[in-house]
Amino acid sequence: MGKTLAEKLLGAKAGKEVVAGELVIAKVDVAFFQDGTGPLAVRQLRKVNLEKVADPKRSILFIDHAAPSPRRELSNDHMLLREFAANTGAVLSDINEGVCHQRVLEDYAKPGDVVIGADSHSCTAGALCAFATGMGSTDVAVGMALGRTWFRVPPTFRVECKGQFRKGVYSKDLILHLIGTIGADGATYRALEFGGPAIDAMPMWQRATLSNMAVEAGAKAGLIASDNLTREFLKKYGREGDFTEIRPDPDAKYERVIGMDVSELEPTVSCPHTVDNTKLARELKGTRVDQVFIGSCTNGRFEDLEVAARIMKGKKRHVKTRVIVIPASREVYLDALRAGLIETFVTSGATVLGPGCGPCVGVHEGALGDKEVCLSTQNRNFKGRMGNPEGFIYLASPATAAASALRGEITDPREVL
Amino acid sequence: MILEGKVWKFGDDISTDHIAPGRLFHLRSNLEELAKHVLEDADPEFAKKVRKGDFVVAGNNFGLGSSREHAPTIIKMAGVSAVLAKSFARIFFRNSINIGLPVLECDTDKLENGDTLRIDLSAGVIEDKTNGAKLEFVPLPDAMIKILNDGGLLAHIEKHGGFKLD
Ligand code: SF4
Repeated sequence: MGKTLAEKLLGAKAGKEVVAGELVIAKVDVAFFQDGTGPLAVRQLRKVNLEKVADPKRSILFIDHAAPSPRRELSNDHMLLREFAANTGAVLSDINEGVCHQRVLEDYAKPGDVVIGADSHSCTAGALCAFATGMGSTDVAVGMALGRTWFRVPPTFRVECKGQFRKGVYSKDLILHLIGTIGADGATYRALEFGGPAIDAMPMWQRATLSNMAVEAGAKAGLIASDNLTREFLKKYGREGDFTEIRPDPDAKYERVIGMDVSELEPTVSCPHTVDNTKLARELKGTRVDQVFIGSCTNGRFEDLEVAARIMKGKKRHVKTRVIVIPASREVYLDALRAGLIETFVTSGATVLGPGCGPCVGVHEGALGDKEVCLSTQNRNFKGRMGNPEGFIYLASPATAAASALRGEITDPREVL
Repeated sequence: MILEGKVWKFGDDISTDHIAPGRLFHLRSNLEELAKHVLEDADPEFAKKVRKGDFVVAGNNFGLGSSREHAPTIIKMAGVSAVLAKSFARIFFRNSINIGLPVLECDTDKLENGDTLRIDLSAGVIEDKTNGAKLEFVPLPDAMIKILNDGGLLAHIEKHGGFKLD
């Protein structure tokens, strides 16, 4: 019987043929924590005298959520992670290196891997055709120490995409629209599998945005077949040898197939306080914006910054709208520097900060004031997310964010392109 | 096991940011302190008023969002004996089992704020003693029952020296 990507990937690592619904114990290829979930994971391992890692080269501790540390408690947490890395030989990705999910794409995950991260957006590596999923501290701690974990093989929703994006429309608009359609719990316990001609033609940076946000529909994974574009991406990071082609079988059994024609999409925005509360950007014209954030594991890649910079070049931000730009990783930062994007942003009145999560999770670098409105390229707009339950967060693509930064209100980017 | 306590009712889509907000990130290594803020962004009074044994009762998609295990951990630390919801987000659900917090999927419409519940975990029955309603909850998957019965994931691993779920 034909297999979905989820069935293929988990079956290969469980060493047997599997179908959706089955319980498997699978080999873990890449395991990681970040500074918000890592300290608890380390303490859990110490509780049972299991301070070790099965594969040090592919066990990574990322200091990215509060990087550099804004206060002593977090500095102490960072010390604990550095100590764990020293004790076990695990890789430490310190404050200069960037957001875990971008780093995992660049240097660690490859097609066919099982990737577990103590961060809900670990599904991002599904864009490289790895079975990648987020878990809690204890699950990842155990998986990292033993090199194995358990899964229930998820049933799959196939998202079959055809057509061509119109100008000013990106994969961020696609995924926001999809979540708006199926709901924030529309794919709970399922894998999403993105495919079809529009995905085959989609560059890696846009695929990563889709996989990143799978969890916002409740999904366990957001999988995409590996192809020549995957190979090109790995090559850029010196890992062409990591490439293998993996596709779902044509007769795979899907629980549901959702057809989408991406030519019909328009710039889309999620409104406070849930990701599935979507509207078109043009319907929100006139909504004041106090802060724009361009960055995060969702849309902080080089090409995202390039899209935004092209819109802001030679123009100034609206006087009442502050703009924060954060490259997702050091590599992205360097590419942006070399391409002159950083200069464009700074000249247009943006604040550019070092690689990391920035204000996305409300720890530092741009917490909202009471009743303030932020338009962000991140993946989540829950109440309180950016440091203040009295704040309002809208989610959109880098193009919509840049256009809104110029106008000081939510703006359909096609008005400025 | 029999659980008894009062209902604290919440709506749909209670996220991990409602339960353990990011602005309190610095308290994650001080769980006692973090627990004083549990569910603060959904009900600022909850942490002060909840009593040992009480239940958190909610609608759809409870615990959506982040992977932070601190969320179920501080719910448990606040004395809550089980969370009942129409549905749960996947990572929250798995985290809860791992740390030994019962999470019960059931139709919560009939359960009102302040009602007294009696739950027989092994029989799978929920009784609302205030209005007489009786409900069943969806049984946990076998693997999770094994983990819960061993006292959580760490205890399971210690006991068996690895995964023993089949
Ligand atoms: S950028 Fe935001 S969503 Fe992504 S890992 Fe960091 S805090 Fe989480």
